[in-house]
Amino acid sequence: MSMLSFERKYRVPGGTLVGGNLFDFWVGPFYVGFFGVTTVFFAALGTALLAWGAALGHNWNLWQISIAPPDLHYGLALAPMREGGIWQIVTICACGAFISWALREVEICRKLGIGLHVPIAFSFAIFAYITLVVIRPLLLGAWGHGFPYGIMSHLDWVSNTGYQYLHFHYNPAHMLAVSFFFTTTLALALHGSLVLSATNPKKGEAVKTAEHENTYFRDTIGWSIGTLGIHRLGLFLALNAGFWSAICIVISGPFWTRGWPEWWSWWLNLPIWRH
Amino acid sequence: MSTTCAVYRRTASGGGMCALLLAGLLLAGCERPPMASTQQGYRGLGMVQVTDPRLPQPANNAVPAPLPHAQIAPGSPLAGDTFKNVQVLKDVPSAEFARLMVAMTTWVAPQQGCTYCHAGSDLASDALYTKVVARRMLQMTRHINSDWGKHVGTTGVTCFSCHRGKNVPEYIWFKDPGPAHPSMTAGNRAGQNAPSPVVRLAALPNDPFTTFLQDPTEIRVVQEVALRQDGSMGPSIKNTEQTYGLMMNITQALGVNCTFCHNSRSFFDWDQSTPQRATAWYGIRLVRDLNMNFLMPLHAVFPPNRLGPTGDSPKLDCATCHQGVHKPLNGVSMVGDYPELRGAAPAPAN
Ligand code: HEC
Ligand code: HEC
Ligand code: HEC
Ligand code: HEC
Repeated sequence: MSMLSFERKYRVPGGTLVGGNLFDFWVGPFYVGFFGVTTVFFAALGTALLAWGAALGHNWNLWQISIAPPDLHYGLALAPMREGGIWQIVTICACGAFISWALREVEICRKLGIGLHVPIAFSFAIFAYITLVVIRPLLLGAWGHGFPYGIMSHLDWVSNTGYQYLHFHYNPAHMLAVSFFFTTTLALALHGSLVLSATNPKKGEAVKTAEHENTYFRDTIGWSIGTLGIHRLGLFLALNAGFWSAICIVISGPFWTRGWPEWWSWWLNLPIWRH
Repeated sequence: MSTTCAVYRRTASGGGMCALLLAGLLLAGCERPPMASTQQGYRGLGMVQVTDPRLPQPANNAVPAPLPHAQIAPGSPLAGDTFKNVQVLKDVPSAEFARLMVAMTTWVAPQQGCTYCHAGSDLASDALYTKVVARRMLQMTRHINSDWGKHVGTTGVTCFSCHRGKNVPEYIWFKDPGPAHPSMTAGNRAGQNAPSPVVRLAALPNDPFTTFLQDPTEIRVVQEVALRQDGSMGPSIKNTEQTYGLMMNITQALGVNCTFCHNSRSFFDWDQSTPQRATAWYGIRLVRDLNMNFLMPLHAVFPPNRLGPTGDSPKLDCATCHQGVHKPLNGVSMVGDYPELRGAAPAPAN
């Protein structure tokens, strides 16, 4: 693949975390690095295992393929391949691939001398995944508490796991996570539409500036968060959405076994209005 | 400048205190691992009961030792012949009858003794309402054991299943009287939106008992057709919420979560439900039957202090027998030691 004239300037050696300059090269547009190699290794092995698992299953309907975790009685031990062992190795591969990808991002940031915001942001998503399939199963004492790898089957798991706590909407961390997800989309919609409005003036007029954007919000709500601020806000909202999602599931089971509505009894029992 | 600083500092420390308070509340409101868990469905389906072994376990589940059997010689007299006013237990040998009276006393009135049901020394007298109720209870117990095998199996029930050494069982219910000051507009919660323990503090309609365990209201709400073409109205949101209210109550009575009976991907489908859901279906009919045909007709017999706020009979629900466990008394059968409570018809062998 050809390179744009200025791109070569940014292809600087060094900045690697592991492997020195052994993997410090590009393939086409992609930076490789040690972690690029491990990403490809884990991703390929995991995908092959998923395909094997699918071949052992009932059918090849993409929606119905499911690679399920072991039965609960295996606890934290390894299970036979056909009875959840595939799920266990796929989970290792997925964690390996995701973490490798994040570290590859770190290496690229170091090459460019930019902050680590992207890998840090990505690590929140990895944290949420690891919470679901590693931390919570460890706390509950069995890998069988992880979710199955399948399009429909993982939704069934989500539904049933929610109904284990009777009414998941009363889960305080779930409330926070949902609110952050909605607010993220609100902020993104406001930001996206504002930028597009400034860059799409009437035919014949010059593109408007950031000051126009600020003024728009000052006029509307009396204040503008500013061009940098909106990105800080966006990142804050999005990371909180992922973070509280992880919290809402890790507390369900390991730290609360009853219905979530009952958790709120502390509120009903506050000395101000308890009778 | 300095005022702004002070305000900032104050808000900061206020925020810190709020965070501390919140963290404290979160911890105080929570449990901790390790937990116990039982798998209900296929692996990875999420049909699992997670329980905290450190929570107080449902009480009163210790089963009293059976009384020694009386020696019954063949041809020994029957209660119907020996005593003056025996209407239900006629065919029981007199010695067994006396043994059952002692057992009933320990199950229902251990403090008061025989005189809780018997007026003084005249054991044949029906002067006390408790005796009249107890006679009906004998019939009810036999009816459960002989006609409701689809629910109670061969495990069956005795007076102890519900009474557990108390005159009045721990879990009974009355029709909800509604708010003390009903209002047509603001403040009328229409029997919901209040954190009622009946529905485990959810905002769901909070008298599922009258709706479903007395009246035979339809529980199933999932539509069989995607779009009704004939102009008829299917179950409403309110109907649906009432069903959910009942379901919340059932989970409490049995000490389980929804996945004990349902694969929640399809609440209506029997093929995807657990066998326990079918048992529960019979349980709902059993409870309606007992309320309609035994407890409500006893209305005139009960003294006013036993009636509810709207003057209705005391009635029973799943918790009356189950008391927080999915098999009452953890599945221990007492009725084998008191075969006279099995009733006339032999118990079905399922
Ligand atoms: C929970 C209520 C209850 C208690 C407590 C109770 N009984 Fe009874 N008893 C009954 C009922 C009901 C009958 C009538 C049974 C029937 O009609 O088949 C009865 C009948 C009798 C009879 C037959 C009387 C007759 O001539 O018709 C005797 C004897 C008797 N009980 C003795 C006792 C003794 C002794 C005790 C205490 C150890 C006792 N009962 C405790 C409810 C009770
Ligand atoms: C399925 C549950 C159940 C079973 C089994 C059962 N009872 Fe009851 N019993 C009740 C309920 C509910 C009441 C109504 C409570 C009240 O009186 O407020 C009641 C009331 C009574 C009362 C009146 C108590 C009072 O102080 O008002 C007596 C006496 C009694 N039962 C005796 C018996 C005897 C004897 C047996 C066994 C032959 C028995 N019960 C079996 C549920 C049961
Ligand atoms: C002990 C078993 C049991 C448990 C636990 C249970 N259910 Fe049910 N559920 C049933 C039965 C039985 C029916 C059907 C009742 C009938 O047809 O009379 C039913 C029906 C339903 C329906 C209506 C389905 C339809 O066909 O329209 C919904 C919705 C439902 N349950 C939700 C729940 C929820 C939510 C929970 C947890 C809060 C729950 N259930 C817990 C036994 C159970
Ligand atoms: C008269 C007492 C009684 C009442 C009332 C009652 N049950 Fe039961 N139930 C039993 C007994 C006894 C068993 C155990 C049967 C056995 O051992 O096979 C049982 C078993 C069950 C089971 C199967 C549990 C398992 O682990 O397999 C379910 C589910 C159930 N009941 C649900 C209900 C529901 C829901 C209600 C209320 C609508 C209810 N029961 C009311 C006595 C009762």
